[in-house]
Amino acid sequence: MNEKSAISINSVDKVFNEAREDEVIALSNIDLDIKEGEFVSLIGPSGCGKSTLLRLIGDLLEPTKGSVEVFGKSAHQARVDQDYGMVFQHAGLFDWRRVSANIELPLELHGWSKADRSTRSQEMLDLVKLPDFGSYYPRQLSGGMQQRVSIARALSFKPKLLLMDEPFGALDEMTREHMQIELLRIWEETGTTVVFVTHSIPESAFLSNRVVVLSPRPGQVHSVIDVDLGKRSESTRQDSNFFAAATEIREALRAVEEQE
Amino acid sequence: MKTAKAIRVILTVAVVIVFLVLLWEGYKWMGQKTDDHWPGTNFGLPIATNDTIMPHFVDVITELNADIRDGRSTMPMYAFLLKKAWFTFQEAAIGFILGLTIGMSLAILMSRWKVSERGLLPWINVSQTIPLIALAPVVVTWGRNQGLSDLISISLISTYLTFFPVAVSGLRGLQSPDSAHVELMHSYAASWRTTLFKLRLPAARPFLFPALKLAGSLSIVGAIVGEISIGRKTGLGRAILEYALRYAIFPERLYASVIGAAFLGLLVFGMINLAERYFMRRTREVAS
Repeated sequence: MNEKSAISINSVDKVFNEAREDEVIALSNIDLDIKEGEFVSLIGPSGCGKSTLLRLIGDLLEPTKGSVEVFGKSAHQARVDQDYGMVFQHAGLFDWRRVSANIELPLELHGWSKADRSTRSQEMLDLVKLPDFGSYYPRQLSGGMQQRVSIARALSFKPKLLLMDEPFGALDEMTREHMQIELLRIWEETGTTVVFVTHSIPESAFLSNRVVVLSPRPGQVHSVIDVDLGKRSESTRQDSNFFAAATEIREALRAVEEQE
Repeated sequence: MKTAKAIRVILTVAVVIVFLVLLWEGYKWMGQKTDDHWPGTNFGLPIATNDTIMPHFVDVITELNADIRDGRSTMPMYAFLLKKAWFTFQEAAIGFILGLTIGMSLAILMSRWKVSERGLLPWINVSQTIPLIALAPVVVTWGRNQGLSDLISISLISTYLTFFPVAVSGLRGLQSPDSAHVELMHSYAASWRTTLFKLRLPAARPFLFPALKLAGSLSIVGAIVGEISIGRKTGLGRAILEYALRYAIFPERLYASVIGAAFLGLLVFGMINLAERYFMRRTREVAS
């Protein structure tokens, strides 16, 4: 990990339906810096604006006030330059495309040649440990496998940033823990910066370098918790440091609830 | 697997046809026995069973081979019907293709701009409340004024029926991708056009094909109604109209021409089914 800034969020407000009766202040006065290669989780009760914050970074939404910079340029420019890949809660694969064609979709849009595309999609299938599933259709795969394909698709053009919106939220507990290990391995192999939205305390503690706890209505940064677990493995889940980190996050979330 | 399925379909169709023929002949036989009354009652049957109202099925089929005068030439009835059906098919095909083009264009326009959906959709719905029969003479008068052939005018009447299901279902289909799919394309900085071709149109297929089957049948309805209402000299509609007028003499011929229309409908339906199989072959592989 180096000290270069990947994402810089400066006094950002996000208001939906501004100046109307159903106006909602989703985020208020957010300041956050994320360094290159960092794994940062956003956690908070529902309605705290964590998905909104992720979409501001991805320029899928625009801030009402303040600025979002990604790799030293505007979030908009970063999107146009394809500096990030995105993974959603539901894999969002295209049913009518084979798994390999799904992974190749962004490459296709960027005008890659067919040969380069298929080389890369095979590399990606190896990376997510589905080497033999390229010719399958998404519906033939389990939820966990679909989500791996979706990660492969997001990483296929080797973006420097990965934005993940509760990517394991729809998976069962065992698959989920397995996917967390896989994600950490991929993160280490690729050196990608990851911003990860979750509402699972153990998940955020297990995965992240830093956990950003948000409080709702309006969404604000309540606290930022550093987590240092060294290199994680399955045994980390029984580690006392892991429990300590989870407890710290839990207490922050309790404090958020009491605030309300 | 595939041949087994084909045999099953053919068998099902054969069984249904046999059943309908037996129902027809059974009802007729019963009516003849009871002098058109429900057995053991004084209640009359809703449809008389004499040979004029309900000719024997065999006679209808035999009539298909009878010689018919068409202008100066003479030909068997089935050839005559085929010839007439060809005209109707042309009208319906042009109507269908125009309807598909206009319907899809409207759907794409409406999915592109919310304003155009709000502005157009009510009018598209209202358009179908105008009775086709009332509209047909207007279209023809207008067409003749413009120097269009009756073929084109009838096609336009057919278009009027076909564009509607395509526009409405097309719009639903284009709007069917969920927000994650749309956000994904947005995250790739994909243009509206790219999103249309890579996401919206492929996703619209399952919505579109049922509508196209309906549009296919409607295109023939439109063509036949068009022929009848503007008095075109040829086509299945014309044949049906003439045999309806001469019903008392040749009841079999009216039924024969109606069977001809039904077959034309089946043909169009089959063609659209084939297109669906082709365009949705990938999705089908998974479903089975």
